[in-house]
Amino acid sequence: MTTEHAADHAADIDKHVKQYIAVFVALMALTIITVAISRLHLPVAEAVTIALIVAVIKGSLVALVFMHLISEQKLIYAVLALTVAFFVVLLFVPSLTHFDGFWVH
Amino acid sequence: MEIPYTVEVRRDTGLTNGKIGIWLFLASEVMLFGALFASYILIRTGMPVWPRGDSILNVPLATINTIVLISSSVTMVMAWASLKRNQFGRFRLYLGSTVLLGGVFLVIKYFEYSHKFENGLFPRTSNFLALYFTLTGLHMLHVIGGMTVNAYLWGPGAKLWKTNPEWFANRVENSGLFWHFVDLVWIFLFPTLYLL
Amino acid sequence: MSQTTGTVAAPGAHVPHDAHHEELGFLRKYVFSTDHKVIGIQYAVTGLLFLFFGFSLMMLMRYQLAYPGSAFPLLGKLLGESRMPGGIMLPDFYNELGAMHGTIMVFLGVVPLAVGGFGNFVVPLQIGAPDMAFPRLNMASYQCFFLGGVTMLVSFLVPGGAAQSGWTSYAPLSVIASQGQTFWLIGMIFLITSSLLGAVNFITTIIQLRAKGLTFMRFPFFVWAQFVTSFLLLLAFPPLEAAGIMQLMDRVAGTSFFLPSGLVVSGQALSNAGGGNPLLWQHLFWFLAHPEVYVLILPAMGIVAEIIANNTRKPLWGYKPMVYSLGFLGFMSFIVWAHHMFMTGMGTAMAAFFQTTTMIISIPSVVILTALILSLWGGSIRYNTPMLFALGFLPMFGIGGLTGLPLGLNVSDIPLHDTYYVIAHFHYVVAPGTIFGLFAGIYYWYPKATGRKMNETLGKIHFWGSLICMNVIFFPMFKLGLAGVSRRLFDGGASYAFAQPVLHLNVISSWGAWIMAIFQLAFIWNFFWSIRNGEKCGDNPWEATTIEWAAPSPPPHGNFIAAPQAYRGPYEYSVPGAAKGFQPQFEA
Repeated sequence: MTTEHAADHAADIDKHVKQYIAVFVALMALTIITVAISRLHLPVAEAVTIALIVAVIKGSLVALVFMHLISEQKLIYAVLALTVAFFVVLLFVPSLTHFDGFWVH
Repeated sequence: MEIPYTVEVRRDTGLTNGKIGIWLFLASEVMLFGALFASYILIRTGMPVWPRGDSILNVPLATINTIVLISSSVTMVMAWASLKRNQFGRFRLYLGSTVLLGGVFLVIKYFEYSHKFENGLFPRTSNFLALYFTLTGLHMLHVIGGMTVNAYLWGPGAKLWKTNPEWFANRVENSGLFWHFVDLVWIFLFPTLYLL
Repeated sequence: MSQTTGTVAAPGAHVPHDAHHEELGFLRKYVFSTDHKVIGIQYAVTGLLFLFFGFSLMMLMRYQLAYPGSAFPLLGKLLGESRMPGGIMLPDFYNELGAMHGTIMVFLGVVPLAVGGFGNFVVPLQIGAPDMAFPRLNMASYQCFFLGGVTMLVSFLVPGGAAQSGWTSYAPLSVIASQGQTFWLIGMIFLITSSLLGAVNFITTIIQLRAKGLTFMRFPFFVWAQFVTSFLLLLAFPPLEAAGIMQLMDRVAGTSFFLPSGLVVSGQALSNAGGGNPLLWQHLFWFLAHPEVYVLILPAMGIVAEIIANNTRKPLWGYKPMVYSLGFLGFMSFIVWAHHMFMTGMGTAMAAFFQTTTMIISIPSVVILTALILSLWGGSIRYNTPMLFALGFLPMFGIGGLTGLPLGLNVSDIPLHDTYYVIAHFHYVVAPGTIFGLFAGIYYWYPKATGRKMNETLGKIHFWGSLICMNVIFFPMFKLGLAGVSRRLFDGGASYAFAQPVLHLNVISSWGAWIMAIFQLAFIWNFFWSIRNGEKCGDNPWEATTIEWAAPSPPPHGNFIAAPQAYRGPYEYSVPGAAKGFQPQFEA
C-alpha cells in the first residue's frame, strides 16, 4: 500500500525529524530578528520590506518543511500557484485602483 | 459502498481524497485572509496618519505567542511523525502538547484583549483597532477550530488507530496541514499588526 | 454486497457503518441522506422553490412599475400597513423586494439548482463514481444552504423588513440599514460556507473518483463546466465572506471599515471613528460577484452542450477549444471585476486595465457559443423539449453577451451604468440564458432521476410561452435604459420628465412577466404529474453516450451494477462504419 511519500519508512522519518528541529531553530531565530529590527524604527518603506522578507522566509519554511510542500504532488502545486496569483491580485489591485499619490506614512 | 482513495493514493495523482480536500480548503482560506490583508492595505494607505503597532499593542506578549504557535507547529508535525514511526504514546504526547500550546495562545490573547477593553480600546475606537480585532479575532476562531479537531483526534478519534492506522495517520497529517496554516497566517499577522 | 464501487477496492479500508445495506429509516434516506442523488434532488427542489418565490417578489414589484402608486388588487391589503398601506407599495418595501429578488434568485435559486442540484446529481454519475468524495460533507453543504435560506426568509419578518440595500449591499447605506441587513449578512455566511464545502467536494471528486479510462479530455463538457465553476466558487467567495464579516463588525460592533469620516445621516453626524472606505466593500463584493456570474452561466453551458450533442447525433464541434476556453474564461473572470465600478472615480490606467481584460474575456464566451452553434451544422436534429430549450439558449445568450460589450467599455458605460440597459443585459444571460439551460437539464435528466419522461406537449407549451414572454419582458428594457431610466427606482422612472415617452414599456414588461407565470404552471404541473404518470423509460431513453446513462433509471445507492469504464470520448455519435448510430462511452 503506497502513500504519497516514498519517504515514509523509519529512516526517512528520522531525516525529516532532523529537518523539523532545524526549521524550528531557524524560525525562533528569525522571530527574534524581526522583533529586533522593528526596534530600530526604520522608515515605513524599509520596515515593511524587511518585515515582509523575513515573514516570507518564515512562512516558506513552515510551508515547505512542516507542510511537506517541498515533496508534494504537481496537482497541489498547480492549485496553489493559481491561488497565489489571485491572492496577489486581490492584495494590490484595489489599492492601485485608487492610487493617487504616495504610500502614506 | 466504499469511496476509493480515502486511504491509499490514486496512482496518477499520487494523492488521497483527504489530502486534496484539505489543500483546496486551505486555498480558500488564503483568499479569506488575503481579503483582510487587502483591506488593511487599502484602509491604511488611505489614512493620513497610522499608528505604529508597538505604540498600541503588546509586542512582548505577541512575540511569546509567535513562539508558542511555532512550537505548536513543531509538536504537530512530530505527532504525525510519531504515528509514522508507530509510536502511539509519543503521538499522544505531541498532539496533546499541540492542543495545550494552542490553549496558551488563547490565554495570552485573552489577556491582551481584556487589557485593551479595560483601557477603553475597542474595535470601534479606530480603524487600526478594528483591523487588529477583526484579523486576530478571525485567526483566533481558526485556532479554536484547529484545537477542536486536534482534541478529537487525541481523544475519541484516536480509536481509529487500532482499526485503520494509515487512515488515522492521514487524518492527523491533514489536521496538521490546517494547523500549520493557522501558524502561517500568524507569521504574517504578527509583523503586520504589531511591528509596522 | 450487490453493488461494487469504484475502480480500486481499498484493502484494509474501514467501511463506514452507514454504507452497509441495513434499511435506513425515512429520515436517513430522504432528509439526512449522504447520497449525492438525494442531496442533488434536495438542492434542486429547494432551488426551484426559491426561484418561484423570487419570481413572485418580482411579479409584485412589476405591478408598482407598471402602475406606480396604484393599489395592488386583492393581495395588496394582505401585506399590511407597514409595507403596502391601502394596497399601495411603499418605496422602502419596493427596495426590500428588489434586494431580496436579486439575492434569492442568484444565491438561493440559480446556483443551488445549477451547481448543488445538477452538479450533485449528474457529475458522479457522468464520471462513473459511486458517490461524491466526501458524502457527509455534501450533506453538511446542503444543510448550510438550507439554514442560509431560512435566515434570508426569516429576515422578511423582522422589524424594518428584509435587506433593502440592493443585492449588492453597498456601504454606507447597508451599514446604516435596518435589522434585516444583519440577517442578510448572516445568511450569506451560511451560503458561502455551503458553496465552499461543495466546491472542495466537486473538485476532489472529479479528479479522484473518475472511472478507469476517463481521462480529462474524455470528460463530458458538463463535467468540465462544473469543474471550472467549483474553482470559481472556491477562490472567489472567501473575499465576500471577509467583507461580510467586516460589514457585520461595522453594523454590530461600531467599526468603520466602510464608513468614511464625516458621514451625516438625516442631518445627524455619525458617531463612528470614520476613516473607512465604501469602495473597499465594492472591491471585495465584486471580486466575488463577477466570478459569480460565470458560476451562473457555466453549468448551463455545460447542460446545453450535452443536449446539443445528443440531439444532433454528432460530436460537439470544437470540444478542445471549448475546454480551453472554459479554463481561460475561469482565469480571466478573476481580473475583470472593476468593470462594475467604472463610475467610482478610478484612474485612467486601471480603467484601461479592466476594460481590456473585460474585452478579452468575451473571446472565450464567443468561442463556446460559436462552437455550440456550429455543432448544429449537419446534425440530425431531434426537436424534443430539452433540445428546444437548449436551442433557445443560444440566441438569448448571444443577445445577453453582445449587449454586455458597451457596458464593459469605460466610456460607453457612462450613460448606461445603473440603467435598465444593465438589467436587460444581465437578465438576458441569466433568465432566457441560464434558466433555459436549467429547464433543458430538468427535462433531459428527469428520466434518469425518476425512470419516467416528462410530457412533451406540456414541455413545448412551457418552452414557447417562456421564450416569447422572456423577450417581451426584457427587450423593452434596453430601450428604457438607453432613454436613461435608472434601475432601482420604485416608480419605474415615472417622476422623471425624460422618462415619460418610454414609461409604457414598463407596462409591457409587467404583462410579459405575469403571462410568463401562467406558462410556468405547465412546467410545475408536468414536473409533479410525470412522477407517477410520465411515460416509463429504460436506462438510456435519449440514446446518449455519456456514463450516467449506464446506470439504472433511477440509479440505486452506489449508482452502477458494475464499476463502469470509459473506452472512448464522450460524444461518439454517428461514427462512420459503426453498427449502431451511437457508441456509448461506457461500452467496450
